[in-house]
Amino acid sequence: MSNKPLVPAIDGWHTMDAKPHLIGSQCSDCGTYFFPAQYQYCRNPACDSTDFLEVQLSRTGHIWSYTNACYKPPAPFVAAEPFEPYAIAGVQLEREQMVVLGQVVTGTGVEDLKVGMPMELVLETLHETDDDIKVTWKWRPLPAGTYPETGA
Amino acid sequence: MSKEIAIIGAGMHPWGKWGHNFVQYGVAAAREALADAGIPWQDIRFVSGGATVRCGYPGYVAGATFAQALGWQGAEVNTSYAACASGSQALAAARNKILAGECEVALVVGADTTPKGFLAPAGGYRPEDPDWVRFYLGITNPTYFALYARRRMDVYGDTLEDFAAVKVKNSRIGAKNPRARYRKCFSAEDVAASAMVADPLRLMDICATSDGGAALIVCSLEYARRIGKADAPRVAAISTVTPTFASGVVEMPDIATDSAAAAGVEALSYRSSIPLKAYEEAGIGPEDISLAEVYDLSTALELDWIEDLKLTPRGEAAAWLRKGDTALGGRIPVNVSGGLACFGEAVPAQAIAQVCELTWQLRGEAGDRQVKGARVGITANQGLFGHGSSVIVKR
Ligand SMILES: [Zn+2]
Repeated sequence: MSNKPLVPAIDGWHTMDAKPHLIGSQCSDCGTYFFPAQYQYCRNPACDSTDFLEVQLSRTGHIWSYTNACYKPPAPFVAAEPFEPYAIAGVQLEREQMVVLGQVVTGTGVEDLKVGMPMELVLETLHETDDDIKVTWKWRPLPAGTYPETGA
Repeated sequence: MSKEIAIIGAGMHPWGKWGHNFVQYGVAAAREALADAGIPWQDIRFVSGGATVRCGYPGYVAGATFAQALGWQGAEVNTSYAACASGSQALAAARNKILAGECEVALVVGADTTPKGFLAPAGGYRPEDPDWVRFYLGITNPTYFALYARRRMDVYGDTLEDFAAVKVKNSRIGAKNPRARYRKCFSAEDVAASAMVADPLRLMDICATSDGGAALIVCSLEYARRIGKADAPRVAAISTVTPTFASGVVEMPDIATDSAAAAGVEALSYRSSIPLKAYEEAGIGPEDISLAEVYDLSTALELDWIEDLKLTPRGEAAAWLRKGDTALGGRIPVNVSGGLACFGEAVPAQAIAQVCELTWQLRGEAGDRQVKGARVGITANQGLFGHGSSVIVKR
């Protein structure tokens, strides 16, 4: 086990707690959500707002689609040696009406997934550096009967 | 006033991995198109090039680069860059010039030389660049195609065998196309034996990148009549519309879709909006189409496009494929050129190459690949950052 500190692979894109949330923004006028967060302009063509709030996105949703990476991606991806294939899912968030991509947790393959399956957001290692462990958001299947999750 | 222009010449440099300067491919394609039209280079008054961003400054000003290579003769030049739709935007620029009465005959040309291996983004820590972010998180180009393909399987019941059948169909017809890069007939077993890249897509489900060049000579209907080509195929529509908010399909290189949470906003698919404008402009419908050339970046994507073009109801493209309705001799043959499966993608040339194929088909000059009685053809493609196009050619 490493004693290196856990730090987000990309600063400010998700919380670091046990039940993490992606950090997005929401237009104060029309209610459109943005991930990654966006505070300069609203992309809804019917809205010219410049007023945005930081929001935590829903941490559960349903699979829109999924796949995996059987080959090592090029840099800036940092692959473990030997390279282990990983699954990827696009998850539809109900309240936000948007699909967010992310890796699926280690140990869950495409054979375990299905369009429509409930998923939740967790944090897992993306890669390690000499100084710290870079973590990022990943999707994990929710046990049957635990969706929809209530509360924050 | 008619908004149509005539296509009096088409030419291509064969696709491959030749490793030569892209200018050479464009010039070869242009010369073939000029010879096909039977007019001298000096008569061209507008040169409209599709830009390549992989070949340095000459690629950024491709229109001028080709004009200089063919010999400066005083024509005006234009260069269009719009990812996969570059060739269609170059064609649209030529059409505008002709319909405005500013020129009678124009050359539209695009060519590319592609590097080997992955196209990786610039280094450093650059979270403001979505292309950098997705590679850092391990999401490559095949990821997106595979997400679309998997959705077809889980929602419509498409199978791996269906996707392989697209490759088999296209390789069979592409083997007869002397301009195609891959001219081998592949079997379903060959596809199944190729390595899985992004489940459910295997290596042979995904198109390669190629070198190639394509060109068209286009002119006013009056000019076509004057040189005895009044019955030449005509460009009836060019659609290069952008998506409408909110895009409900996650598109490369984004990590998330738009949000459709605001009142009055609907999640829409961009692909399906591109052909709608083309049909409207041409004043025809899907029932009038004799053949289609669509962007099969993956085998499964061909099936998506068939439905986006409304050639079949949503979710039924695989059923048509199984019955042979999208093969040569079927109800609506799709990608009788062999498609990207047999060509590989040469970005600025590809949309022009699609129109070249329609031109030959509508003239009845496609030989072994000829769609009998072809009268109307449609193309479709889509690339990065809201660029896509659809062109309708009729006779
Ligand atoms: Zn807004």
